Amino acid sequence: MPDTAILLEVLVIVVKVSVICGILFGLPLPLTWLERKVAGHIQVRLGPWRVGPHGVLQPFADMVKLLIKEDIVPDRADKFLFKLAPLLSMIPAFLVFVAIPFGEKFAIPFIGNEITLYISDMNVGILYILAIGGLGIYGMILGGWASNSKYSLLGGLRSSAQMISYEVSMSFAAIGVVMLTDSLNLLEMVRSQSGSFLDWNIFYLPVGPVWFVIFMISALAEINRIPFDLPEDEGTLAAGFHTEYSGMRFSFFMLAEYVAMVTIAVLTVVMFLGGWNPPLDISIFHLVPPIFWFLGKVVLFIYFFMWLRFTLPRYRYDQLMAIGWKVLIPLSLVTILVTGLMKI
Amino acid sequence: MEKLFFLMFAAVAIASGLAVVTVRNPVHSALALIVCLIQVAALFVLLRSPFLAAVQIFIYVGAVMVLFLFVVLILDMRKAVLQAFPPVKKRFVVGVILVLSAQMVAFVFLTPMGLGPAQGWEPTVESIGRVLFTKYLFPFEVVSVILLAALVAAIVIAKERQ
Repeated sequence: MPDTAILLEVLVIVVKVSVICGILFGLPLPLTWLERKVAGHIQVRLGPWRVGPHGVLQPFADMVKLLIKEDIVPDRADKFLFKLAPLLSMIPAFLVFVAIPFGEKFAIPFIGNEITLYISDMNVGILYILAIGGLGIYGMILGGWASNSKYSLLGGLRSSAQMISYEVSMSFAAIGVVMLTDSLNLLEMVRSQSGSFLDWNIFYLPVGPVWFVIFMISALAEINRIPFDLPEDEGTLAAGFHTEYSGMRFSFFMLAEYVAMVTIAVLTVVMFLGGWNPPLDISIFHLVPPIFWFLGKVVLFIYFFMWLRFTLPRYRYDQLMAIGWKVLIPLSLVTILVTGLMKI
Repeated sequence: MEKLFFLMFAAVAIASGLAVVTVRNPVHSALALIVCLIQVAALFVLLRSPFLAAVQIFIYVGAVMVLFLFVVLILDMRKAVLQAFPPVKKRFVVGVILVLSAQMVAFVFLTPMGLGPAQGWEPTVESIGRVLFTKYLFPFEVVSVILLAALVAAIVIAKERQ
């Protein structure tokens, strides 16, 4: 019979995991609404308007539509892999959140128990996130192959080539941050950036901004957003790897994509923008709970990604490869050298 | 509890390892290999080496297997599925299997391996890095030179075909 302390610990972990899963499953609702609103206003129109005030109920209407749509499995598709692929792309996106910290310990009022705002404080946090985050690619490549369609297969191949190429420079950017903060642990990373905004890694002159730009560009390519959304280029590939998917299976891919976007926003905040540290070390800023600073920065980045989507055109495939291999990787190698010299 | 987890991961690893060589469809067998590699990563976690586990997933599952799949997808699938295993003499196959299993048995019984994680040495990132760059510096450099040579060779072969 295990004692109550262990049982309580297990219970806390289960509760935390279910809370995070619930939030992540719910995320596409506000995010799709926000994305369409941002699109609308950038293109000088209203965006969703009819369903509910300012169209806030539109995502629910979309959800109902996706749920009751016919679930089509193409003839001569590999049925097993076709059904497995959406899960393969969704599960890694969720798994990443095991290692992501949202704040330090804090005491629950009235009970007096301390609770941590992360599920697991891993020593190899950043490596874990990069490793697991990279697994989402199997959903795309296997989904594309299993559909038994030219467009899907080409989309899957493209996305795998793109993600493999940009994973290199993204990992280099992570190495850069590890060199700046002397730790692979995400909590340590945030702690080392405490103080005013000048202590944040993005302002670690001269290499901080360079790492930030490298990370941003390769992360955009990793999560397949414009200007790098080649895998689902409508003009040449119909809809890329998810051409043949409909209904709920399609929405799993979409869910994975949105969760990946949030992951990247969170990672950027943790790695470069001081996590939950307020921008200035003055007492009035410390009155605001740290989690609000954290979420505020994350929302800012999510908005930034949406803003980019409706501002930039899409790159051609050869340009995409040239940027990855001929610009980002040499640049990050040089920056690693400079960072190393600075650290001596 | 830990034993239970070990048995689970080991069983799945062996089953998926068998599936790699018995399944007909190359894509399915690549998938089985991915499952097998993930189980091995889980075993590393049980041995208190989270770094090795993360690297295992990062390199083998995240990069090597993607490239494998990439090549397999370009192949002509119907032909590959229909074809039997490559026509090799049975005697040769049996010989290779015997040599490999003899090696494996020798490795298991002759090396001083414990059942649990090594005592007194915490395999953290720092300690692995320190050992790699001091005690094992020479083998480390040799391995990197070999990798570089393989890389150059691959590029040369690819260029020649054009």
